[in-house]
Amino acid sequence: MSQTFTKSMARNIFYGGSMFFFLLFLVLVFDTESALPESDNRAAITEEVAMGKMVWETNNCIGCHTLLGEGAYFAPELGNVYKRYGNSTEAIKAFIASRPKAGIPGRRSMPQFNLSEEELNAVAQFLKYASEINTQNWPPNIQG
Amino acid sequence: MQYQSQAVAKPYFIAAIGLFVGQILFGLIMGLQYVIGDFLFPEIPFNVARMVHTNLLIVWILFGFMGAAYYLVPEESECELHSPKLALLMFWVFLVAGALTILGYLLVPYATLAEITGNSLLPTMGREFLEQPTITKIGIVIVALAFIFNIGMTVLKGRKTVITLVLLIGLVGLAVFFLFAFFNPDNLVKDKFYWWFVVHLWVEGVWELILGSILAFVLIKTTGVDREVIEKWLYVIIALALITGIIGTGHHFFWIGTPSYWQWWGSIFSALEPLPFFMMTVFAFNMVNQRRRNHPNQAAVLWALGTAVMAFLGAGVWGFMHTLAPINYYTHGTQITAAHGHMAFYGAYAMIVMTIISYAMPMLNGRKAANSGKSQVLEMWSFWLMTVSMVFITLFLTAAGVLQTYMQRFTDNPQPFMEVQGRLELFYWMREVAGVIFLIGLIIYIMAFFVGGDEPEQA
Repeated sequence: MSQTFTKSMARNIFYGGSMFFFLLFLVLVFDTESALPESDNRAAITEEVAMGKMVWETNNCIGCHTLLGEGAYFAPELGNVYKRYGNSTEAIKAFIASRPKAGIPGRRSMPQFNLSEEELNAVAQFLKYASEINTQNWPPNIQG
Repeated sequence: MQYQSQAVAKPYFIAAIGLFVGQILFGLIMGLQYVIGDFLFPEIPFNVARMVHTNLLIVWILFGFMGAAYYLVPEESECELHSPKLALLMFWVFLVAGALTILGYLLVPYATLAEITGNSLLPTMGREFLEQPTITKIGIVIVALAFIFNIGMTVLKGRKTVITLVLLIGLVGLAVFFLFAFFNPDNLVKDKFYWWFVVHLWVEGVWELILGSILAFVLIKTTGVDREVIEKWLYVIIALALITGIIGTGHHFFWIGTPSYWQWWGSIFSALEPLPFFMMTVFAFNMVNQRRRNHPNQAAVLWALGTAVMAFLGAGVWGFMHTLAPINYYTHGTQITAAHGHMAFYGAYAMIVMTIISYAMPMLNGRKAANSGKSQVLEMWSFWLMTVSMVFITLFLTAAGVLQTYMQRFTDNPQPFMEVQGRLELFYWMREVAGVIFLIGLIIYIMAFFVGGDEPEQA
């Protein structure tokens, strides 16, 4: 780089630029916080949904599935599974409960997590809540 | 080695390489599970293998960063490390905590691990990359604080250089943003939103500062180019990294329940994120071209140049490919993401750690500046085997991702996820073959440490 562009100019761009854009980021974060109630479906967060999130987390569901497109890419997207299963929490529960312990020969299979009825209800309610978050129309279709 | 205390870097580097081997083995297990669905089921289900694969990656990179800091900070500061004992103690704390966590993943069901580690007291588990039990996370914070204290005290008492300053800013940022790992609200959107404060602001933010300073250090040492020139480049690169990367976080906020304006902010700023990586490539090649001497450690120079190129390709080009919101609408959470993740992590962070190991290890082993020619040839073979096979892993995953995006998302007649996965088998097999070649490269990399030890250094 040329002599007219000095190290102290580069340093000032680093400090000034990072500071400015970090503050701009903070402004956007605060604005997002105030806008979230309109899109994050928080009214639907009951105690059961909160428990469902715990069940989701403590069984590491994200280790295979995506949820709103984030997670692992080994198993189907679950952000819209409630809708894909015909708006039925019962279908979700039935699927989870019926996984064979030893798996399916040669194929990917979800483990049997031995969830209680209460846990099954909770995780199904959690997935229903997730499916009603405003995700700007993502995913493009019901297949997730 | 100019300072005695630099020697504490050695166990960190050895641990990093050991955990790297584990990471690759579990990667191969997962790759096989993609095509033979019941492989090792139910003993090691995919989610467990993935947790081990990604967590080992994070831990070995952190070991590498810490080793790098312990090696280069005394030399830059021109004084001994504040406390080599503390560094060694933290090494064992981190290694034991890491090993126990991995064993926990493998030996008990995850729900049981959550229960016995008291996750319900402060629930932080079960989120991608942050699967560690809460007590492990607290351990990470303690190790990080002790480490930064040690490095910070050394920097304070010695010569202050731009390299140590940038490294320190990067390390403090790493520790600060990790604190968001403890914030896990019931509100899924908020959980996801702040989760990225750890994940994105690490890998597309402060880690780039650490990467830049390690690269600058190795280039100063191996090319003999004037420090002033290199430091100026470093400032420009990290300025661009943060100016684009901070608001660039917005490219994760397109479809997770956040306001739609993030599609504009995220697309525009993250589209500029390749710039610092491009600058890094220009920088590395320029410095090597303007070198004032031929350093005998040619393998280290190769790693340095390779890091710059592969970071640009993996993080820059493959990131740009799916970062614009209208494209990401279709590719979000597909094998395209996996392709990008693999080459970006290898190119930027795995390779920078191997760069500093390549540069420092000969001295840590008591040699003057470099390994024997025999050892370097082997190391360069491993460089090409690992790098080329990673390019192919990325290409096969990209092909799979394009097809997946089309069949599952783009066509008028979208197919179910599992249906599509079945159609992608060929590409997953090819990826697995490339993965085996990567492992062979890694074995050769380790062999290079053990050959030609009693032979003289190259002129």
